[in-house]
Parts: sequence; structure tokens; C-alpha cells
Amino acid sequence: MILLALILVLFLGGLAAWFSERWNPEAPRWVAVITLSIESLLVIVQYSASGRIDYLSAGMPQAWIADFQGAWIPRFGIGFHLAADGLSLLLIALTEFLGFMAVSSSWTEIRERQGFFFFNLLSCLAGTIGVFLALDLFLFFFFWELMIIPMYFLISIWGHENRIYAAIKFFIFTQVSSLLMLVAIVALVLKHHSNSGVYTFDYFDLLNTRLEPDVALWLMAGFFIAFTVKLPAVPFHTWLPDAHTQAPTGGSVILAGVMLKTGAYGLLRFVVPLFPEAAHEFAPIAMMLGTISVLYAAVMAFAQSDLKRLIAYTSVSHMGFILLGIFSWNFLALQGAVITMLAHGISAAALFMIAGALQERLHTREMERMGGLWSAIPHLSAFTLFFAMASLGLPGLGNFIGEFLVLVGAFGVNASLTVITALGLILAPVYALIIIQKAFHGPTRQYAGLRDFSRRELASFGLLVLIMVWLGIRPQAVLDISAPAIKQDIQNTQAMENG
Amino acid sequence: MNSNQFIALAPILIIAGAAVVTMLIIAIRRNFVLINCVSACGILLSLLAVGLIWQANPVQATSLIRVDGYALFYTALLLLTGLSVIGLCYDYFKARTGENEELFVLLLTALLGAVVLVSSSHFASFFIGLETLSISLFVLISYTINRQNSLEAAIKYLILSGVSSAFLLFGMALIYAQSGVLDFNGIGRYLMNQKDMNALVLSGVILIIAGVGFKLSLAPFHLWTPDVYEGAPSPITAFIATASKGAVFALLLRYFISAYNYSYLPFLTVLSVIAVLSILIGNLLALLQNNVKRLLAYSSIGHMGYVLVAFIAGGRIAPALVVESVTFYLVTYFITTIGAFGIISVLSTPQIEADDLSFYRGLFWRQPWLATIFTLMLISLAGIPLTAGFIGKFYIFASGADARLWGLLLTVIVGSGLGLYYYLRVVVVMSMNVEATAIEPVEPVQKRMSTTILAVLTLLLLWFGLYPGHLIESILLISNSLK
Repeated sequence: MILLALILVLFLGGLAAWFSERWNPEAPRWVAVITLSIESLLVIVQYSASGRIDYLSAGMPQAWIADFQGAWIPRFGIGFHLAADGLSLLLIALTEFLGFMAVSSSWTEIRERQGFFFFNLLSCLAGTIGVFLALDLFLFFFFWELMIIPMYFLISIWGHENRIYAAIKFFIFTQVSSLLMLVAIVALVLKHHSNSGVYTFDYFDLLNTRLEPDVALWLMAGFFIAFTVKLPAVPFHTWLPDAHTQAPTGGSVILAGVMLKTGAYGLLRFVVPLFPEAAHEFAPIAMMLGTISVLYAAVMAFAQSDLKRLIAYTSVSHMGFILLGIFSWNFLALQGAVITMLAHGISAAALFMIAGALQERLHTREMERMGGLWSAIPHLSAFTLFFAMASLGLPGLGNFIGEFLVLVGAFGVNASLTVITALGLILAPVYALIIIQKAFHGPTRQYAGLRDFSRRELASFGLLVLIMVWLGIRPQAVLDISAPAIKQDIQNTQAMENG
Repeated sequence: MNSNQFIALAPILIIAGAAVVTMLIIAIRRNFVLINCVSACGILLSLLAVGLIWQANPVQATSLIRVDGYALFYTALLLLTGLSVIGLCYDYFKARTGENEELFVLLLTALLGAVVLVSSSHFASFFIGLETLSISLFVLISYTINRQNSLEAAIKYLILSGVSSAFLLFGMALIYAQSGVLDFNGIGRYLMNQKDMNALVLSGVILIIAGVGFKLSLAPFHLWTPDVYEGAPSPITAFIATASKGAVFALLLRYFISAYNYSYLPFLTVLSVIAVLSILIGNLLALLQNNVKRLLAYSSIGHMGYVLVAFIAGGRIAPALVVESVTFYLVTYFITTIGAFGIISVLSTPQIEADDLSFYRGLFWRQPWLATIFTLMLISLAGIPLTAGFIGKFYIFASGADARLWGLLLTVIVGSGLGLYYYLRVVVVMSMNVEATAIEPVEPVQKRMSTTILAVLTLLLLWFGLYPGHLIESILLISNSLK
């Protein structure tokens, strides 16, 4: 039941935020904060209950923590099946936390139509959590689409100058690719039906569908494209710089921090487990795409003069590591991918918040028009340096652990690609430090009345820093949570490939 | 004719009777509200009759009409459509000066034609139903005769409709010349016994498709669509887009299944080409429109292409799934189309149709509920979850994938991608900020009837989108009634 509540609370909170605007224009953001607090409470309750069998219906594998099953459309065997394991719980916690950050960064930035803004923000989070929980393929697709619509509104209404172009591009990219996935899902179900005579969209039933190799490859391609568009990886990444740049800060935080992770989650949860042989065969190409993403996006990031655009490209670069890690499909690489998801969620969100804070103060994102900010706003600058370091993979911070584990894991699978990818670690400092150099160093300009961080901002960034350091120094706590899920996935695919 | 058959024909007879009664009342006393109520009551009575015989066994009432679950389901759908169109017409025409009462007589006769179509099992009733429907539509389209576009649209429709009827008759004649029968089952029996393909029958079916393709506005027979949609008053456009197309499609499906036409495989190739053309032409041309009614017209061409994909799948899969998919899709299409044109008609006045895109600028902030409903209708047309349109699209994918029509499905995906662009354009325009001076504050007339209808449609849209189980169950009941 808690799982269902996780989605409903956010959605109903969103509605409440929308309607509370009539009562007081300031109310929606407080409603959002309250909603997110209730939500975090639920996550903590669910987490502390892990290991207790009574949350789990019979027949569910041990790695799962809780599940919820209900009938939905019996005609096609579509059920309302939610379930959480360590991996989904971690990502939900990340979603929760970044939800707070998004609200915090929209606190003063959004002045118009706050009610509708927070409704969209919260329902976007609700859809994302639904994606992380759904174990019925139809339900998964339902949430997958559902999280896009509010994001579209966030970008197209509260975005920057070129928002409509960016919003429509984002929507069409994700929508068309997900229709390919829908066809693949339907075809997979029909295949299962012709094998067994049963219509079902349930993940566990479909896991063991026997497929001819060429069919499996096509179906996998449908899923793969949908997820790599969302991830994104070269060559499907072109929507991302536009969408990220034009979105309001809160939107960018959700987009970079959480939404991109749904692509990674999809690859990890669906693509490889459902089609292990096909994925194995396809792995070299996927890993190559990962490598290309890491290097190409890093170079592109360096070439940007728009701060948000630069950060957007660094996201593509980091996501390349995740793609590499997932298609290596061994314990170390997968754990690395999970840590990278979390660490990148934190660091990218923080960088977007900084870009947003700068834009709110300077009304520009062009780094050419900044310079010498360090002496004017020292707190903000120090935090920027910290997260730039995190992003370039400084040991002791989260991103380093993730990327290191991915590279170690991938080395055994494909040494040459791994070596080339490691070059990304040289390119990362270049783009990270260029931010510091262009915007914060150099001669001071006249910045009249420039405010440094307020208390609210200091508190948010302080939290982000704490978590980043904790991820870097004690990743084992996180690795322990995700380990059972990942071990189980690996065992399953091995069993299928052998049997 | 026995009493059983009379009872089975009751819905049709009641509609016919209602048309006559309405006409007589107009002769005695012209009163807009009264006529409105009488025609609505006629439809309600007919619906009641449908409800009473819903569970009965199929009845062949004369050789022309077959009243089975399939016919009754579509009859109910058409009657409900008629009811909502009458509601929309009430608000649209109440402020208009001049004679508005005959409108309802014409709507009832058009409905009669449509209901006859969905229950016909014979070429004669096929043709009579179609002509009753079309002739009523000519007048309905040009009802607001003072507007320039209206007359142009009606004449265009008249001429092209005449030509297409000629095609249709010629096709029927060719089939009759070979088989010697006119009822669908008889043709089915004849075709089943033929070993080789018969060129005359094939040309006959192709001519019928050309005729029917016109009514369904499938490419390349779609040229009238945007002009007629634009010229007709919005509630009437809603009627043409739904009732007229839906009834013809239902008939086509019945004809194909009971007359065993699916065995003609080359014919499915022709249909596939038509489907691809409709999807691409409809969606591509919709991109260029700045007029919302024209935009919806082109999008409807694309939608007919999508349904055709499920229809074509019938060549390879069980007819029951085809009936289920097509019916579900048509139901969602009816709801969203009536909803979309309903919004336009609520915003319009008899003098000005609210069909220019600029009219919708900032609608979100001026009339949030209307804009929300319009957005829901549009995302349902785009086939996005939460709305019934998504389940409809899912059905298209399910039947297409079951029949392994990968090429057609790819076209559907491309079409949907294009579709998103122009649907979102409308949403974007609605969410734009308006400068206070840019739009003259038109005080909207209270249109309670229309807004109630729109609210009900929205609820249905969400209900069928979130919990389609009930609708699927009732469709499953009828999907086996054809054979």
C-alpha cells in the first residue's frame, strides 16, 4: 500500500497546490514542501521495513522489498503491479530529495502561476516514481508517458526565451521513441501469448519468454531506442541541450537529476533482463555508443559559452559511463552505474541550481558576460567550485566512485573501449575548470547589488554537499542496498543464457 | 413481419417517427426550445428501446436490416452522438436570428440514415442509409447560409458526394452482375465457393471502397474534408466528423466480415496504400494549418488511416479482435472529436466561428476549464496516456502487431510524431501569455448545455483512459455477433 501511496500523495499534493493558489498566491510552494515531507516519511517507512516479508506477496523473488498488486485491464492481463527493490528505492529517494531541491530553487524564481507550476512539478515526480515502481509493462509505459506531459508544460510555460521550440522537440523525441517501445512491448506480449496462450504484461511472466534471436534483437531495439533517447546517448541526445537550457531551474533539476535516470533504469531493469542474449550480442555497439557519448559530449561541453548548455552536455557525457557500465553487465560495473546515477543526479542538479541562481541575479547564462564573480559572491563561487570538482570526478566525491567502478567492471569485458573511455576523465577537468575560469576568475566587473546566497540556498547546497561527500567516502552503504537487486538480475540472465 | 422484428426495428422507427413529429410541430408552432426538447426526447426514447432489446438475440428484420449486438452498440453510440450534437446546436443557434428549427429535423433524418447504415445487411439498405445521411448533411452544412464558406462547402460536398455515390452504385452493380445476390451473406457464400479471384468482383469492391473512402475522407478521396469542416457550423462539423464517418466505417467492417471480402488479399494491398497515404497526407498537411477546424479536418484524415490499419489486420487475425479494436478506437475518436468541436462551438458565436488559432491565445488563463478540456481532447487525439485515445492507439498497435503489419505500424508512429507537433502547437498557443490589450474582452454567452456535455465527455475520456475495463467488456459482447 505504501508504494501506491508514494504515487498518490505526490499527485494529490500537486492538485492541492494548484487549488491552494486561489487562497493565497504563496501557498502552493508550502503545499509542495509539505507534500514532499510526507512523501519522504513514506520512503523512510518503506526503507526501514525492508527485509520484512509481510510487504511482499507470495512468489516474489527475495531481492524485492515490497509490492502491490491489483487488477486493471483483465482483458489483456494488464495488472496494476508495483514493486520496489533496493535499486528502485534508491532512485525514489533521489527523486524525493531532488524534489525538495527543485522546490527550493523555484522558491523565488517562479512568480507567475505558481499553483500550476507546482502541480506540474509534483505530478512529474509522481510519474517518475511510478516509472521506478511499475512492474507491469503496460503500467510502466503509462507512467513513462505521464511524466513527460508535466515536464512539457514546465518547459513551455516557465522556460526561457526559446522555450517552445525546446519543449516541442523534447516531447516529440521522447514520444516517438516511446511508441517504438510500445510496439516492442505489444509484440513481446503477443509472442508470449502465442507461446503460452496467456495474455500478460507482467514483468516476471515475460522474463522467461522464449524468443528467436532475430525477433529478440528487434524487440530489444525498440526498448533500447526509447531508453537511450531518454538517457540520452549519442546520436539521440540532441533534444537534451535545448530542453535543459530552456527549462526553468526547477525543471532542469528534475530533468537532469531524475528523468535521465529513468532511461538508465529502463536499460537496467528491462532491456538486459528481458532480452539477455540479444543484449549480449548488441553490447559492443551499445558500449561504443557509451564511449562516443562520453568523449563527444565532453568536447561539446567545452565549446559552449552558455553555462546551462555546458552543464547539459556534461550530463550526456556522464550518462555515457552508465551506458558503458550497464552493457558490461557484471557486478562491479552495474554497481558503478548505480552510484553514477545517484552522484550525477546530485552534482548535475547542483550545477543547474547554480546556473539558475546566477541567471536570477545576472539575467544571463552567457559565461562571456560573467567573470570575476568570486570576489562579488564568494559563497556561491565556492559551491560552484565544489560541484565542478565533483563533476570532473575528484576522488573522495561520489562521481569518482561511480566512474571508477564502471571502468573497472568494463575493463574485463572490453579493454580497448574502456581505455578510450578513460580519456573522458582527462576531458572532464577541462570543461569543469573552464566554468570556474571564465565565470568566477578574471578581472572583476561592476556587479551592483549582487546578492550572495540566502539562508535557504545555503541550506540546500549544504545538504547537497553533505550527500556528495557521503557518497564519496562511504559508498558502501548505498552499494549494500542495491547489491541484492543487481545480484539477482545477473543470476537471472545467466540462468536464461545457459538454459 | 412479426412482432419480434417490429421490436427489433423500434430504435429506427422511433427516430423516423421523431423526425416526422418534429416536422409537424414546426408546421404548427415554431418554437426553438420546444423543437429542441422534442428531438432530444425522440433520441432518448430510441436509446431506451436500444437498452430494452440489448440482450435479445440477433434478429433479421426483412432481408435489409439485421439487428444484432453490433448494430445496437453502434446505434447507441450514434444516438448519443446525436444527443450531444443537439445539445451543442442548442447553444450555438439559440442566439441566431432566422429559422433554426428545421436543423433538428435534418439532424434526426441524418441520424436515421446513420442508424440504418450500421444495421444494414444488404446493398439496398446500405445505399438508402448512405443517401439519407448525405442528403441531410448537404443542407446541414449550408445551414448558416449567410456565411460565405458555408454554401461553398455544401456545394463541394454535394458534387463530390454525388460522384462517389455513382462509384458505389457501379461497384454494387458489378458485384451483383457476378454473384446475382445483393445481401452480404449471399455475397459471402458466393465468394467462398469461388476458387479463383474474380476480376469483376475485385473491381466492384474497389469501386465500393472509392465510394466509401470519400465518406471516410481517406486519401486520395479527402479533398473535400478541410473545406467542409471549415464551412459547416461547428456542431455540424462534429456530427460529420463522427456520426457520418463512424457509421460508414461500421458498415464497411460488417460488409467485409460477413461478405467474406477479407479473402481477397490483393485488395488489402490497396487498402494499405490508402492507409499510408491517409496517415502521411493528413498529418503532413495538418502541420501547415492555422485554422483549428482545418487542422482537425486533416488530423481526422490521419485518424481514419489509423483505424484502417486495424481494419487491414483483419486479413490475418480473427475478426473478433478487429471489431474490438476498431470499435474501441471509434468510441474514443467520437468522444474526442465531439469534445474538440464542442469547444470550438462554445467559443463561437453565430457571426464568428472561433476557428483561427489566434483566437485561442492565452485561453488557459482566460478560461482555464475550457482550455484544460481542450488540452485533454488534444492529447487524447495524440494518443497519450491518461486519456481514452491512448487505449485506442494501443488497440491499433495490438491488432497491427498481431497481424505483423510492421510497415503500417511504423507509418502510424511517424504519423503520431507529426501529429504531436500540431496538437502541441494548439496547446502552446493556449498557454501563451496575453497582453491585456491584445484581445478585446468578449463576454462569453452562458452556454450551460454545451459545458455540461463537455464535462461529461471529459469524464468519459478519463474513465475510458484510466479504467477501460467496462467499455472493453461491452465491446467484447458484440465482437462475436458478426460472422
